[in-house]
Amino acid sequence: MTESTNELPAASEPKPKILLLDDDPDVLALYQQMMLQLPSQPEVHIATSGPIAITMLEAESFNVLVSDLQMPKMDGLQVITIVRRKHPRLRTVILSGLTDEQMRARAYSMGIDLYMEKPGNGKELNFLMDCVESLLDSEKRGGFRGIQSKSLVDLIQLECLSGTSTVLKITNGKAEGKIWVENGEVIDASADDSEGEEAFKRILSWKAGSFETLPMEAGHPRKITASYHGLLLDSAQTMDEAKADSSAIDGINLSEDLNAASNTTVSDTQFFRKAGLGRIQGVEFALKIPQERSIPLQKWGLENAGPMAAWVQDTLSQFQSLGDKCEFGSIQGFEGRGVQRVLHVSMEGANTFAVGMLGTVSREQVEQNVKKVLERWAS
Amino acid sequence: MGLLKNLFKPAARGPAPLPSGSFTVDRSGEIITCTIPSSFSRDGLKDISKLVLRVFKDAKEAGLVLTELAVNFGAMKLKAREMRGGAMIFLTPAAARKNK
Repeated sequence: MTESTNELPAASEPKPKILLLDDDPDVLALYQQMMLQLPSQPEVHIATSGPIAITMLEAESFNVLVSDLQMPKMDGLQVITIVRRKHPRLRTVILSGLTDEQMRARAYSMGIDLYMEKPGNGKELNFLMDCVESLLDSEKRGGFRGIQSKSLVDLIQLECLSGTSTVLKITNGKAEGKIWVENGEVIDASADDSEGEEAFKRILSWKAGSFETLPMEAGHPRKITASYHGLLLDSAQTMDEAKADSSAIDGINLSEDLNAASNTTVSDTQFFRKAGLGRIQGVEFALKIPQERSIPLQKWGLENAGPMAAWVQDTLSQFQSLGDKCEFGSIQGFEGRGVQRVLHVSMEGANTFAVGMLGTVSREQVEQNVKKVLERWAS
Repeated sequence: MGLLKNLFKPAARGPAPLPSGSFTVDRSGEIITCTIPSSFSRDGLKDISKLVLRVFKDAKEAGLVLTELAVNFGAMKLKAREMRGGAMIFLTPAAARKNK
């Protein structure tokens, strides 16, 4: 059973194609009518059983398959198993009347793009349509799939680095959380009765679960202002501290550690977390390079600071030589700007400070951020 | 003779004026276009261009992909923009910056 009912005029580009699979003809008709109204003007085909759907997929290519879970003879997961193997590029959505989390996790582990409960009202139906439209759009943009084995931290970093706007919905047993990412910045999170940074940390503490990406909600209020880099570091540190012996943390004297870097007994990350550098919007890392090479450098937000510090020192030294030769005066600092990152280097006394920021940070903001970092460092 | 020497002794040389303008270089550091006065030596420009290109390259190797670089000296601001392996470099004396 197949039907193509798009009445909109043909565009120059081939129209995206959706295959709807459900054993209930009424449901099929409803979804078909709704999906024909989507902005991408798709062709919407319908199939009433798994074998019919698979035959149709063999005969012609589709962009998105929306399948019911419970069907006679061949259920939705069986269809997905075959589809994922034969048509790995096909985007797949499972609609289910069940609220079984185990089933949801199982479906996601098979590589589906979206698992949703069947819409119960108009709002949910609209949400489903938005999701399908988003899948059609992402199919148009291309990209790789299959990130089921990545951790939540990886996922958040991927979303932030790619500068996308999306909502990550994370399910951990009965608990459910959402993280709003707007233009590569984490702007809000919610989990149970908490929101903002507290919710973000709670979600990151979950050991396992499933996730799905939902379209960004326009105009969602921003409740998190810290950079995602700082948030992830803060969360990781909080988790580490929870595991560690509390007495080891109680004995830290931060001011002494700052003044005696060479004799420090506390990790740099721990120190800077207390200093709150991660809460300065857009700041990704900070580095304090003493002029005396025997004194260890202090770092925050950088795993391997050695190459960066060496490059900063060499660059300063070379420009200083140039300045001497060309009579430009002594070097005061420099700023490097790339698409993803801004690095500001300044010299204060016997130390060089390098502050890394997101590439989206404005020039004015760079100055303010550097000032804040230096103030917090000095205090 | 002693009197003439005193009359025609060469004027004391002041510091060379700081260069102001811009120039573009290719990926090998060769100057393609230049608006810097010829009073500033070409060797000096080549030194600048080679260093700028090396800094862009070394930054990449240190995991930092840069497209722009601004260096502040006491008397000069140097700005460089990476252009397909080459660079466009602007030199602005500090006095000129203050006057703007």
